[in-house]
Amino acid sequence: MPTRITPLPLTAFTATSTLGSGRAAHAAAIHADRGGLRPNDFTRVPLPCAIGRVAGLEDSPLPAELADYDCRNNRLAWRGLNADGFLEAARECIARRGADRVALVVGTSTSSIGATEEGYRTLDDGRLPQHLRRPVLHTPHSPGLFLEAVLGTRGPCLTVATACSSSAKVFAKAERMIRLGIVDAAIVAGVDTLCDSVLFGFNALELVSPEPCRPFDPARNGISIGEAAGYALIERDGDARAPRLVGYGESSDAHHMSTPHPEGLGARLALADALARAGLTPGDVDYINLHGTATSKNDEVEAALLGDTFPKTVRASSTKGFTGHTLGAAGILEAVITLTAMREGVVPATLNSRDAEPVCAAQLALTHETREIRVALSNSFGFGGSNCTLAFASGTQHRA
Amino acid sequence: MSALTVYVDGIGFWAPGLADWAAFSRAVEHDDFALPATATRPAPGALPPTERRRAPEPVLIASEAAGQAATMAARDASKLACVFASTHGDLAITDEMCATLAIEPRELSPIRFHNSVHNAPAGYWTVAAHCHAAATAISAARATFAAGLFEAAIEVASEGEPVLLAAYDIAARGPLAEMAPSALPFATAFVLSGARSERTMARLSLRTAHDTAISDDVPASLAPLQTNPMGAQSLPLLVALARRQACGIVIASGRDTALAVEVTP
Repeated sequence: MPTRITPLPLTAFTATSTLGSGRAAHAAAIHADRGGLRPNDFTRVPLPCAIGRVAGLEDSPLPAELADYDCRNNRLAWRGLNADGFLEAARECIARRGADRVALVVGTSTSSIGATEEGYRTLDDGRLPQHLRRPVLHTPHSPGLFLEAVLGTRGPCLTVATACSSSAKVFAKAERMIRLGIVDAAIVAGVDTLCDSVLFGFNALELVSPEPCRPFDPARNGISIGEAAGYALIERDGDARAPRLVGYGESSDAHHMSTPHPEGLGARLALADALARAGLTPGDVDYINLHGTATSKNDEVEAALLGDTFPKTVRASSTKGFTGHTLGAAGILEAVITLTAMREGVVPATLNSRDAEPVCAAQLALTHETREIRVALSNSFGFGGSNCTLAFASGTQHRA
Repeated sequence: MSALTVYVDGIGFWAPGLADWAAFSRAVEHDDFALPATATRPAPGALPPTERRRAPEPVLIASEAAGQAATMAARDASKLACVFASTHGDLAITDEMCATLAIEPRELSPIRFHNSVHNAPAGYWTVAAHCHAAATAISAARATFAAGLFEAAIEVASEGEPVLLAAYDIAARGPLAEMAPSALPFATAFVLSGARSERTMARLSLRTAHDTAISDDVPASLAPLQTNPMGAQSLPLLVALARRQACGIVIASGRDTALAVEVTP
């Protein structure tokens, strides 16, 4: 088992999804049980399903000086960066700490592959069309290159791409770099946008629901796909009132590329690792933001884990009924939703779900609940059997 | 920052015509590498026979190099946390998927889709090795090798356990090749640990550097391997390790930063 880590303050954080830009938009949706899924109007070839689409990206090109990076994914990265004053907070931190002392760790699954798809639809004599002949768009590190150019960090910069755990794992990378003294702060991010690859890919796997997804409902029938950008600024030290990253656990299922381990072995290892780093037991946890994709298998495995590991008093929900599954951005989007829930004192609903799997019915919040949340977890599991659990604690203003 | 120090306990290597670290080391010594006329694929013993036949090329070459490194280090692969680093991921599947999506998106193959994730080699490797440890897949453009090496060293230093690093890229196909050039497949792997042992081949001290020239000391006959992005990024360090000489290597690691690696046999 790993040793305890020193909690690190999250001095700024924000998210942008179909619910809107910034924490207030997400808080308002959670208080009102108002989701953002709507009928698919994204794909050119019809695909009956619900999507969590961020409005207006098509009409929001990047500023002229960043035009080389212009594509849907980097537009969403830019919009997200400008919410909640995050860009100013990040720049202030870089100025205060020194650009060499700030890392940039980005999570994504499909990066800007939407631009590559568009190029293949509009080939010009066998080549990508002129306006898409920009190598920075056709590589997994596209969001990392874009954000490094915007922010001017000179510390380590990398893109983590482990499918749907990507932007949860960025928190682990950041903590290690700060602990070892490589940097004093890290900007962690997650960005993933709607594209044909994921919509038709999950459709080919028969995992897409025709309706808005219903996590943990016995009648659930698949995922809804969304898009999001999220950011957090993690520092070595800072405002005692800021919430803290207190733990994380990473593991591998070692079972199958796209089916979870039947007993959730990897998920259990990630949870145990996160609790050990945080010095917590299951009974200390107030709220769990579940991975809860609403596929038959994922929710079955995660429901069993929830039901047999946590006391009936813990509150848990999946917020994918609000936002859709935002894939490589899900880790950080749901971390920010969790931090927002802690600040607001509200447990988000498991939106769209009418009933809960019996094994976790006691723990699962079907409707939103007012409640103090001091310690919370967030689960993210991905293809390749990649699992990550994050643990957060509220800052001092919430302490008795 | 003070330097991060790790020990190389095993090295894996695979490229066309160079099936392992011994073959690569000989080619460095004699400077007599010749690219074979026909394409070849490894059949990694680390994978079950069915996967050896049908797994995507990145899985094959990364698993081949990773298996060699774990064997050389005499480490139980089921216990090794791993970092898989690739500049561009599966360029063949990206080309095929985008071509299918342009014509008939509903024809997209489910297997191809789940194999398209950047962590597919990490997924196949951990399944084959029965490894439940943390596995990460990263990309950092021309700094991918440096970022992977640095991340693996960070995990060694912070978690106190050895870490497997596999770094690879395959050849580009189709219209994507103009944007992400790569002429051939190339993979290398290290097992890194935090303490010197009887298996140790070299000590690496890693430090961030600025305004430093990137190393490019590679024997002339090995130049074809630099047409692969991971070959271009990793060869100066691999050559230094093969020569078993103490030296300093500088690898690109960011927009205007570099990773300085002090190699001590």
